[in-house]
Amino acid sequence: MNQYEVTFIIDPILPGDEIEKAAQAYEKLLKDDSCSIVNVDHMGLKQLAYPINKRNSGVYKCIEFQSDKQDIVPKMELAMRRDERIIRYLTIKLDKYGIKYNDDKRNGRIGKKKSKEEAEAEKLTVIKDDLTLIEGIDSKVSKLLSVAGIKSYAALSEKSQDDIKSILSRGGSNYLNYDPTTWTDQAQLAADGNWSKLNEMKDKLKYGDSVSEEE
Amino acid sequence: MATRDEIKFLSNPNIGKDNKKYCRFRKFGIRHIDYKDADFLLQFVNEQGKLLPRRITGNSLKYQKKVAIAVKRARHLALMPYVADLLK
Repeated sequence: MNQYEVTFIIDPILPGDEIEKAAQAYEKLLKDDSCSIVNVDHMGLKQLAYPINKRNSGVYKCIEFQSDKQDIVPKMELAMRRDERIIRYLTIKLDKYGIKYNDDKRNGRIGKKKSKEEAEAEKLTVIKDDLTLIEGIDSKVSKLLSVAGIKSYAALSEKSQDDIKSILSRGGSNYLNYDPTTWTDQAQLAADGNWSKLNEMKDKLKYGDSVSEEE
Repeated sequence: MATRDEIKFLSNPNIGKDNKKYCRFRKFGIRHIDYKDADFLLQFVNEQGKLLPRRITGNSLKYQKKVAIAVKRARHLALMPYVADLLK
């Protein structure tokens, strides 16, 4: 049983589903020939280091597969050579170190730094909303709320005013000056994506604040 | 007339220091060189995209050959240029 890895570049001018179709066609071709696909790596659209066929970028895909047949590679390469969607391809037979390297890479044991950063970025974008966009919440309060399990607008909008007040009072005397009456309404707007209305509301609130300061 | 500052480096200041080159693949136990990792391979080419010799990179023969193969594969897939100016 040999393990191979074929990397190929698909013409980026094709529509998005065509590109996926081209990649899937080769997956199917391999599967039909009783190969087991180990992994498909969508490396994505990349700038080419030099133009090929007047193209300056290409969509990279990498299929890793196992096969015990000898003739599968020439068969697949012939299909790729005839395919106008494929700009370029390269097939490699992996040795045991190559197999281990790819396995480690998939499981995040190589390039730890990168995976950590990505995970953090995902956390920030997926779970956490920027609560400070709500008028009256500053970074300190948003920290306090996130500790209490409120990390998104939706979560904040579900809480009642008393809940938020009790969270604030737990944070200490510094938080007593905050007035959470409008926060749930604002969070509801933010959760719905109703930003124009939210901005209107914020302007009103800000105006009210400045009046009270003048007094 | 040369001042004292200028004659300070008439002899090579690095002589006597023990900065021996080493093969990073042997030292860190890297057994496989990935041709898809163009950023890593950039360390082994000069500004024109040419492979650096072993006497500069310090690679052992075994791994220099693997680096050369990986760079050539990366060039084929347009991940690295065959010819370039001011690559770095």
